[in-house]
Amino acid sequence: MKFEEIKNILSTKTVGIAGAGGLGSNCAVSLTRIGIGKLIIADFDVITESNLNRQYFFHDQIGLKKVNALKENLLRINPHIEVVPIDEKLNSQSIAFNFGECDVIVEAFDGAEMKKMIIEAVNDFFPEIPLVSAMGMAGYGDSNNMKVVKFDNLYVCGDMVNEVTETMPPIAPRVCIAANMQANVVLRILLNQY
Amino acid sequence: MKILLNNKQEEFEGIDEMNITQLLQLKNFTFKMLVVRINNKGIPKELYEKSTIKDGDEVLVLHLISGG
Repeated sequence: MKFEEIKNILSTKTVGIAGAGGLGSNCAVSLTRIGIGKLIIADFDVITESNLNRQYFFHDQIGLKKVNALKENLLRINPHIEVVPIDEKLNSQSIAFNFGECDVIVEAFDGAEMKKMIIEAVNDFFPEIPLVSAMGMAGYGDSNNMKVVKFDNLYVCGDMVNEVTETMPPIAPRVCIAANMQANVVLRILLNQY
Repeated sequence: MKILLNNKQEEFEGIDEMNITQLLQLKNFTFKMLVVRINNKGIPKELYEKSTIKDGDEVLVLHLISGG
């Protein structure tokens, strides 16, 4: 398929992104560049200086709401897409409320508890919508350990092992690998490559 | 019995069925934060003992890892 044909397909699609941190902001940038028609992005948090080691924000955006700053950054890259910011901390009810129209949902949380919550919520409310999750991207281990594993409608990107600790911080290179693996899984799902 | 556990064939000789708690013990899965599914149906923690795995079932035991 030529990129023009790919873009025509993608311009009709809607992707939900749960979290606008390391995974969500970087995944959203790639999905914006390839022209996904509509991105629904949820996060309640504010940008801090410590986020800038991996998240797609700028130093002069510290203190702003992540969803609003991300919308601005994405539209500067590609003004032809629609970005819907949702400024709230998600729970299973708000996932059901906000993500029902999505063709694919991206899990982009940092905490294990929230990852569990969304995996269960999407399976309960929208078992037909593919969910692309990320697990294991802390530190600076071997890039070759990063992989995509598929379980029915759940796709998991990452090394599946390395948890965030004091000596295994989440930092740009591997977080961005995981985020872009997620973006590529989304692309493949939308182009019927799975 | 044979099951598909995390996309891999697993054989448990001399066992016809077991519940989730028994599977976690047998496989030595000691992680606390898990998503468990049998044939793509989510199983909450309080139903681990009541949820039976039989020959031919597809089982997912996903260990949730923080970071993002």
